[in-house]
Amino acid sequence: MDEQEKRAGLLSGGQVSRREVLKKGLIGAAGLTVLPAVLAACNTAAATATPTASTAATASTGPTASSASVAPSTAALSGKVTFGSNLSDAVPKQALAAVVTAFTTANPGVTVTVNTVDHTTFQNQISSYLSATPEDVISWFSGFRMRAFVAQGFFTAIDDVWAGPMGALYTDAYKTACTADDGKLYMVPFDTYAWAVYYRPSVWAAKGYTIPTTLDAFKTLAAKMKTDNLVPIGLGDKDGWPAMGHFDIINLRENGYQFHVDLMAGKQKWTDPKVVQVFTVWKSLLPFYQTGAAGRIWQDASAGLLAKTTGMMLQPQVAETFAGSKDPADLADLDFFPWPNHGTQWDAEAALDAPIDGYMLTSKSPNLAADTAAAKAFLAFLGTGAAQIIYAKAEVADIAPAKDADASQYTALQKKQVAIIANAKKLTQFMDRDTNPNFAGANGMQGFLIDFLANPNQDLTAYLAKIQKFWDSLGS
Amino acid sequence: MADNEATTAAPVEPGSSGPAGAAGDSSVKRLPFRARRRWSLLTRRDKITLALIVGIPLFLDVALIWGSLVVDFLWSLTDWRGVGDLTGGGLGHRAIGLQNYTQLFDGTYPFFWSAVLHNLFWLAFLMFVATPIGILLAVILDGQIKGMAIYRTVFYLPVVLSLALIGIIWQLQYAPDWNRGFINGTLHVIGYDLPLVKDLPLVGQWFRDVSTTDWVGGPLAIIPTVIAATWRHVGYICILYLAGLKSFDPALREAAAIDGANARQTFFRVVFPVMRPINIVIIVITTIEALRAFDLAYITNGGRSPLELLSTLITNNAISESDRIGFGSAIALILAVVSLVPIVGFLIMTMREEKQ
Repeated sequence: MDEQEKRAGLLSGGQVSRREVLKKGLIGAAGLTVLPAVLAACNTAAATATPTASTAATASTGPTASSASVAPSTAALSGKVTFGSNLSDAVPKQALAAVVTAFTTANPGVTVTVNTVDHTTFQNQISSYLSATPEDVISWFSGFRMRAFVAQGFFTAIDDVWAGPMGALYTDAYKTACTADDGKLYMVPFDTYAWAVYYRPSVWAAKGYTIPTTLDAFKTLAAKMKTDNLVPIGLGDKDGWPAMGHFDIINLRENGYQFHVDLMAGKQKWTDPKVVQVFTVWKSLLPFYQTGAAGRIWQDASAGLLAKTTGMMLQPQVAETFAGSKDPADLADLDFFPWPNHGTQWDAEAALDAPIDGYMLTSKSPNLAADTAAAKAFLAFLGTGAAQIIYAKAEVADIAPAKDADASQYTALQKKQVAIIANAKKLTQFMDRDTNPNFAGANGMQGFLIDFLANPNQDLTAYLAKIQKFWDSLGS
Repeated sequence: MADNEATTAAPVEPGSSGPAGAAGDSSVKRLPFRARRRWSLLTRRDKITLALIVGIPLFLDVALIWGSLVVDFLWSLTDWRGVGDLTGGGLGHRAIGLQNYTQLFDGTYPFFWSAVLHNLFWLAFLMFVATPIGILLAVILDGQIKGMAIYRTVFYLPVVLSLALIGIIWQLQYAPDWNRGFINGTLHVIGYDLPLVKDLPLVGQWFRDVSTTDWVGGPLAIIPTVIAATWRHVGYICILYLAGLKSFDPALREAAAIDGANARQTFFRVVFPVMRPINIVIIVITTIEALRAFDLAYITNGGRSPLELLSTLITNNAISESDRIGFGSAIALILAVVSLVPIVGFLIMTMREEKQ
């Protein structure tokens, strides 16, 4: 055998080290095949279902009570709650941490573990997250987005939480928004905000503008702003969703709440002449819109409002930009007015988009059986004004939906938001929450609206036929 | 004794525990004589080792890549939403045949053809603009210029950046507001503040108008995005070609010089043909980079209009909050087939060379 090896080595031209190469290669290959298994084991051990947790913060106070009894919130509560949050920006994250601390201070027997995931990542991976090992309580949105996942069995009904004292704190509009198709309640509302037209009173006073209440007055004002070298209507539509707010409000004024909701649900067609009317009205406003909207992020557009180069913006998030400004006088110089009336019968509804963010109890959490009582108590706490006001004080663009929220702690702007929402007879949730996410996604309605903004003079019949065909192709 | 008999005629098969060809079995493909002799010189242990070393990665490749492709094809024949059972009668409920593909090709999903167009444009731009510039830079740097190391570093620096980072950097260039974007800011300053230019009637006005261009929001936004990719690609090709040029036989160049060829003739008639292996590598790399385009478009605006690519369509349909796994799989399969064409062509070319 040795002689053969030697001869093999000699015959192949001195590559006696081939055997060494083979040996080392085999070890390397074995190592490579083992490595994925090791990595997979590490991954399953380390990760729960949270895909990429940017930070994990633990909030717990006091000793965990040794008593194992889980009682309703009136008795001493003990247990653990895992809490998945998508509020990854600094200000909301801190505000939420304060809310959690308030809860654990009131209930020293409960430990709340907060897991914060980046906002966009959380949404993008929600399907796999919910079907694997989610936390007990997670933040989510109301509307179709909530109902679709409830229908797939990812959430637990919390009618008993609403049956408690928390339920009395909400109007029927909120209750409807938190109800799924089976008639049960699944969400506790936490914050909301109104889509209205924001402006700087100091700029308007200097130029002598008044708040327009009709669409014609609105157009006249926009034309005057243009001659005064202001951008009349600011827009930053790079993320695709800001333009949806514009469509929503025009549709609500032109065709009413019921038509809008039916259109979102697919019961009305996009090829309906009523929708053509919406786009026609919108086209008449487009000359006053900021150019280059598709390439601009909304933060840059609201920076224009802050810098007094833009006249007005239909976007509630500008309050965040103003709150982040170094000059505290800026936030005081921000005001809004509701979208003007179009002269149709639907003006009386005073409808607007008021998306509700809230918290829900998952059904596939691995700790759910043990944590249910504590989690439900946590949800009941989140539904009270006391908890929500902690958040609304930090995040000044939002307001607390609960009736018992201490309104005296609001800024002037937040008080106005409460008023405008209370005044509205109909509230919608914003297009990307009211309808199928497959339809409203990046390569869906967002793309169609960007296309319309770029080519407003295209044939609307063909354009809407494309949208309807796309909707039909989505099946159920 | 070395056994030259036909017991060792079988080629290495994946996962098999050694060659199993029977002696004189005519149905087994026999290796050419030289390979057979080499194979038979290996000991049994060698053969097992070799089989494992080739077999295990081959198995992983088949299972993870080709197996995934098969599964992807099966998924694309359904409208599976990612939840619920897929099994139960072959593809289970909701098998819809080729409906996903007809939806893509007949315009029901209008973003598909834009994405195909954008992918093709990306490929053409990289192949016919970016790569030639890279080659040109390599040829220029190959000469003994002073400070060549500096130039090399400057051109290669974008290559070490990830495409996502390049996307972020170029957003700062392309932002449409003059006080946010560098390009529009420069044009704005030239049009409004530069003493001589701003007063010129046509030129000054041109600068002022151009300074409001929406570079990545307009319908031609794919062009600025590809230019951002080119910024990196040029350095990549330049370094590859430079390495090839460094090992170029100087005698050939001297021969060309003796024959009186100028620089251009030397390159096209002598250097370029001899660099054929490197050319093939560069073409393959360019094709792969073009078909892999994703990061830049996704970072710029999430793959929405006007920057949709096949890869962003897959992401936005199957992986994000949308759940159209079947539909996304159909798009993925189309991208895979499109990618296979140049790869297969390349393999055929190289195998043909080996036979020679």
